[in-house]
Amino acid sequence: MKSHDEFLQMFRKGEEFTKELLKENEKLRYRLAEAEETLKQTSDDAKVKLYEDRIKLLDDELTSLKERYKEVEAENKDFATKYVEVEEENNNLANLYVASYQLHSTLDFEEVLKIVIEIVINLIGAEKFSIMIMDEKTNELISVKSEGIYDTEIPSVALGQGIIGRVSKEGDSYFAEEISYSDEIDFEKPMVCIPLKIKEHVIGVIVIYSLLIQKEKFTNVDFELFNLLAGHAATAIFSSRLYTQSERKLTTIQGFLQLLKDKPA
Amino acid sequence: MPTILVVEDSPTMRQLISFAMKRVPDSKVIEATDGVDALKKLSAEKVDLILADINMPVMDGLKLVSLVRGNPELKDIPVIIITTEGAEEDKKRALSIGANDYLPKPIQTQELIKLVNNYIG
Repeated sequence: MKSHDEFLQMFRKGEEFTKELLKENEKLRYRLAEAEETLKQTSDDAKVKLYEDRIKLLDDELTSLKERYKEVEAENKDFATKYVEVEEENNNLANLYVASYQLHSTLDFEEVLKIVIEIVINLIGAEKFSIMIMDEKTNELISVKSEGIYDTEIPSVALGQGIIGRVSKEGDSYFAEEISYSDEIDFEKPMVCIPLKIKEHVIGVIVIYSLLIQKEKFTNVDFELFNLLAGHAATAIFSSRLYTQSERKLTTIQGFLQLLKDKPA
Repeated sequence: MPTILVVEDSPTMRQLISFAMKRVPDSKVIEATDGVDALKKLSAEKVDLILADINMPVMDGLKLVSLVRGNPELKDIPVIIITTEGAEEDKKRALSIGANDYLPKPIQTQELIKLVNNYIG
């Protein structure tokens, strides 16, 4: 009987132990599942963190590329603007070169005046204008060549008188504030008056009264041309006039010499 | 190599246009002083584009355009008129005679080059 009780007690202990083992096993399984879940969770977080880092990196890269793109675009625009400016400058220089080349291509006074007229019409776009030369004896400016108006219509101007006289006296160019397209010419109110200067000595003026209908405003190259005309046209006109005068004198002297030679002894 | 004929009585303007045409790649420029001279040049050489002034002695630019358009061998050559006559009616007249384009003076070189490139570029 005792052994039977002992066996039962042992069996119960064994049962309890088994139940405890089973509980423990269940706990361990639960912990394992929890651990697995945590492990899984940790791995996802790490991946998310990794992706977030990569996204941030790509974002930074994109921002940097966008900034670089903006810089390159700005540089491109800058180059394009500079290219246009250089092109324009090249064209202007070509115009100035041709004008200067033509002005000094002859020593014939009339031809030089014709070239000045061509430059003022074709390169500046003037419609009615006159070239006036200073008469050193009377100190008066007299029109020697004109376009769109007759020379005889243009009154002579005394040194210092009105806008034209003042330009010839002071040697500074005059530009009217507004461009007008009136058919009527006021000889005392020119649109532009450019002194023809050799160093500081004014030998004449170019007076513009009106511009071609399509000429809306003066551009930078116009002012460069005015400067060129002030110097180069003056030299060309002055030297060609001297040359023509000396040619005439030479012909006269040669005529006299011929007469003396032909005179019977 | 396209050949451009510049018809202009003013030596300054002729030189200026010819100088500008150096900026048109692979082109050759020949010059004429008026319409009659231009017709001589046209009969002697194949021309791809004519740049002509209107006001010229002997034969003006408009007469030249009408003769070119009336000639079966020359009628397809594009003609650009370059002139001081800037009024709209002058332009209409030149285009009605057969000019392809009309550029009033003073010319803007870049504009001229762009226009020329439209025809021979």
